[in-house]
Amino acid sequence: MLDVDVTATRGSFALRARFRAPTPGITALFGPSGAGKSTLVHALAGLVPAAGRVQLDEATWLDTAAGTDVAAERRRIGYVFQDARLFPHLDVEDNLLYGLRRAPPCDHYARRDEIVALLGLGTLLERRAHQLSGGERQRVALGRALLAQPRLLLLDEPLASIDVARRDEVLPYLESLRDRYSIPMLYVSHQYDEVLRLATHVVLLADGRVLAAGTPAAISVDPALRPLVGVDGVGSVIDTEVIATDPAGTLATLAIGTGRLRVAVADAGVGARVRLQVLARDVILATEPPHALSVRNVLEGTLAELVDEGPDAVLAGIEIEGVRLLARITHAAVTELGLSPGLRVWALVKAASLRGHVYARPAADAADRRGLAAGSPDGHARRPAENEKGRRGDPSLER
Amino acid sequence: MLTAAELEALRVSLIVAAESVACSLPLAIAIAWLLVRARFAGRPLLDAFVHLPLVLPPVVVGYLLLLAFGVRGPIGAWLHASFGIRLAFTTAGAALATAVMSFPLMVRAIRLSLEGVHPGLEEAARTLGAGQIDRFLSVTLPLMAPGILAGAVTAFAAGLGEFGAVITFAANIPGATRTLPLALYTAIQSPDGDVAAARLAALSFALGLAGLVAAELLARRLRARLGP
Repeated sequence: MLDVDVTATRGSFALRARFRAPTPGITALFGPSGAGKSTLVHALAGLVPAAGRVQLDEATWLDTAAGTDVAAERRRIGYVFQDARLFPHLDVEDNLLYGLRRAPPCDHYARRDEIVALLGLGTLLERRAHQLSGGERQRVALGRALLAQPRLLLLDEPLASIDVARRDEVLPYLESLRDRYSIPMLYVSHQYDEVLRLATHVVLLADGRVLAAGTPAAISVDPALRPLVGVDGVGSVIDTEVIATDPAGTLATLAIGTGRLRVAVADAGVGARVRLQVLARDVILATEPPHALSVRNVLEGTLAELVDEGPDAVLAGIEIEGVRLLARITHAAVTELGLSPGLRVWALVKAASLRGHVYARPAADAADRRGLAAGSPDGHARRPAENEKGRRGDPSLER
Repeated sequence: MLTAAELEALRVSLIVAAESVACSLPLAIAIAWLLVRARFAGRPLLDAFVHLPLVLPPVVVGYLLLLAFGVRGPIGAWLHASFGIRLAFTTAGAALATAVMSFPLMVRAIRLSLEGVHPGLEEAARTLGAGQIDRFLSVTLPLMAPGILAGAVTAFAAGLGEFGAVITFAANIPGATRTLPLALYTAIQSPDGDVAAARLAALSFALGLAGLVAAELLARRLRARLGP
């Protein structure tokens, strides 16, 4: 359990952040630019003065009340900076070993050879920072931070300075690290896609305050998220698993309570964990069981709430056996269908519209997820941030 | 090729310049660090003080040194009584005068290189477990190396030619404090020293040029190692 309750100031900016995050796992710190994400991770690392309390399991790094404030160099908190910050006078090898040489000799869990192999650094060892691409630089920075044997790893928008097309030089490696080591990570991002791809827990930050915290599924339906992802990014996230596949192996059946969704996911065997994002704009509501329709994915549930989202839309929350689905509908539809909370409804989701929204689900047991990450037929799951804002636009969407 | 007197002047010049650089380099690095990284009230004053020798007449510097480090000066008397060290009218004294005069040059070069070291790299070293002295030695200092080298070579080249402060504080003693410019001055003073003066002037010119070219080449090589 990472337990944080800190205040810090930077110029006129005041941060007051309080949250708890389960460990191990990747906690995503998500929020717009200027939300205080960097200030918060700097405070956690001990690089800026802060007051309050920072604890991870038995380790206390900051406890102002008890007079504890461990110096940054003794916190053993790894930090991967946005701009990598490799030492220019050292080659990659010596950069990697910098922290390792200074780590206490006991409890080394990350070994040099393993990290080099895992991050694909073998051919880069003799190069210097200026001879590396942005993605390679971040991989070296990751390896360097891990080899210092940190107890917590902070990743401060490690992909922000890499152009969108080259993020895949880093993201799969991050997933490998997550799956290989049980080290707790705090991943700062303003890209919702990265969050969905990596996170086991999400903390929403805006104006120096924590707006909400919880699992990606819980956060996905939290009203506080909506202004951060925009109208087209709103949708519910469902962590589930494959319960059946078709003979061709291209369509997987996912369990949503007792309901079923069939989604194009190649090579995902039965039992594979899947994180599904269903955008609110892709869900259609019916007030009676639909028939004579080409849509195969129909989920029965109860209309839980109707939220007025301005003149154009109403956001409907549908409760399906503990799973919350969101649907964006019009005011006219609400009136004509006589929608009101408590009503029995059927949510229609076209399989094609789900295709781009399948993420390998981060979880404690990792073995069954590899094939899935590689297996999304259109490659989207491996390349989540294709459009500018990093929001999932879906060119393959067929209505 | 060179006469015995010329060789002697060259030898004294090289010793004086080398000693002055060796003694002032650590202090120059410390002062540069204070001026760039430390925040304290007297910083502008320290900055001005370090640069004083650039604007003061060298004779004034020599005179002040004589007041402080002369045999009857407070520091000079203490040094003599405690350690038997005499600075006035000795090679060591010439080195001290030279060090004071070339100090601003050295601090300026080192300071410039320190300003070019991204503090974020020191932060990174910190998160990797390096304490203050460790990260200064393993990150900051290597990255400052081109500037330190340039400063040292420039100060050395300038030190070969320091005149006013040396002659005031250390006098013009053959074999001890008679450096190239002092020998040149002596030659000019003597009625038939024209040729000797010209040869010494040419020697000074060649030394200075060689020093500056060497500094530039070394700095370029170091910079190439650090990358763009």
